[in-house]
Amino acid sequence: MHSITVTVNGQAYTKEVEARLLLVHFIRDVLALTGTHIGCDTSNCGACTILINGRSVKSCTQFAVQADGKEITTVEGMAGEALHPIQEGFKEEHGLQCGFCTPGMIMRASDLLSKNPNPSEEEIRWAISGNLCRCTGYNNIVKAIKYAASKMTEEVVES
Amino acid sequence: MIPGSFDYSAPSSLEEAISLLQQHGDDAKILSGGHSLIPMMKLRLASPAHVIDINRIPDLDYIKEEDGVLRIGALVREADLEESELIRSKYPIIYEATKLIADPSVRNVATLAGNLAHGDAANDHPAVMLALGAELVATGPNGSRTIAIGDFFQGFFTTALEVNEILTEIRIPSPAANSSGTYLKLERKVGDYATAGIALQLALGPQAVCESAGIGLTNVGDMPIKAIAAEQSLVGKTLNDEHMKHAAELASDASDPMPDLRGSAEYKKNMVRVLTYRALKQVVEKILS
Ligand SMILES: Cc1cc2nc3c(=O)[nH]c(=O)nc-3n(C[C@H](O)[C@H](O)[C@H](O)COP(=O)(O)OP(=O)(O)OC[C@H]3O[C@@H](n4cnc5c(N)ncnc54)[C@H](O)[C@@H]3O)c2cc1C
Ligand code: FES
Ligand code: FES
Repeated sequence: MHSITVTVNGQAYTKEVEARLLLVHFIRDVLALTGTHIGCDTSNCGACTILINGRSVKSCTQFAVQADGKEITTVEGMAGEALHPIQEGFKEEHGLQCGFCTPGMIMRASDLLSKNPNPSEEEIRWAISGNLCRCTGYNNIVKAIKYAASKMTEEVVES
Repeated sequence: MIPGSFDYSAPSSLEEAISLLQQHGDDAKILSGGHSLIPMMKLRLASPAHVIDINRIPDLDYIKEEDGVLRIGALVREADLEESELIRSKYPIIYEATKLIADPSVRNVATLAGNLAHGDAANDHPAVMLALGAELVATGPNGSRTIAIGDFFQGFFTTALEVNEILTEIRIPSPAANSSGTYLKLERKVGDYATAGIALQLALGPQAVCESAGIGLTNVGDMPIKAIAAEQSLVGKTLNDEHMKHAAELASDASDPMPDLRGSAEYKKNMVRVLTYRALKQVVEKILS
């Protein structure tokens, strides 16, 4: 067993874990944060996407021990008092149907917008190319991310 | 899918990592990006007793050019290559190949060194490094040695790395004036492994005579292929349509694909020909424009 300390959504957790425990299982089963989903379990679908030190990572293809000392953000960490602009975008633009892919899409969009605050439609489509959605046909997801981009740039201008 | 049990260590220096490798030999596996290793462990195609995570070793994440050589450290991620202004402007062949590997979340983690060390003919960087004439630095208990990329791939998932060696650096000769390259990949869907891929790097001299040519092929044999006859057919020629077509035929002859879900062997060989011809036209145009 290994003792790891991981900060998840701002809160530090110290836990004993087996080396083979996958990060996604650590998040869901040990921390009981079930917003992070498991779709394919083979690093293809992106449902398990989280942020490690701000960068999107597929948590089904990491061991929890690798995250020792790191800062993790899951979908539960996005909203403050109000929804995060990306979440608001998914709501306003009807960016989800069943919602299974949504947490992963939101985390991926968060990484994209932190590097490219004003992405073109094409850039958004490339950026979510590792996140699969079986329901929406993607168009409203692209619109949701556009919505978030303009809202977040407005907020920066205002502040 | 849950991998078998293993012992895990995350050494904080190269020396420590190498001594762990020495201690455990064949029972140990290096973990860098983990995006080939972990899927294999989950499928139990790999069940190493010891996993040595090299991600905590400092100073292995550099991309720098000095004395006419580009040096890329073992922990440089695909995303670092994609975001590097140096790579984008001066090494378009690397930039273009990198963008076509998997997806952005995989690229945030996966490393160039791991992509090569994995020895998978389906990976895209081996062909690029064959076209660029890279050298790989392997560091083991007796220090470092360099391996020419042409000697690195030795068979199906087999490389020239010894069990106690770590691939620490990739060295690429800086491109001469009037040179450029490209990577063309036929894929069924974005982020898939190649049905066929071709990496091309060309240097032209006065009167547009070809001074050097590097051609690497992806996923059309049991290991990455350097299309030597095709390369040689170009050197010393003024690259007209006939020479390009001939080289494309020779590149196709060098491929030895297996039929699978991505297509028949005949189709893939034909695609190598088409992609090589297309790459030659594009790169010559790029250099002359
Ligand atoms: C969904 C998905 C799609 C993908 N699509 C593509 C694609 O289109 N094209 C492509 O090229 N690749 C693709 N890959 C593979 C990806 O690029 C891998 O990350 C890469 O092959 C291995 O790099 P890594 O850093 O993850 O290595 P790891 O998985 O950590 O290691 C791979 C192997 O190399 C060894 N190794 C790693 N680093 C070193 C080192 N420094 N010295 C010695 N040995 C070492 C390990 O022991 C292991 O045997 C894909 C992967 C996934 C999950
Ligand atoms: S569950 Fe991790 S990518 Fe599908
Ligand atoms: S909303 Fe159902 S998978 Fe995307």
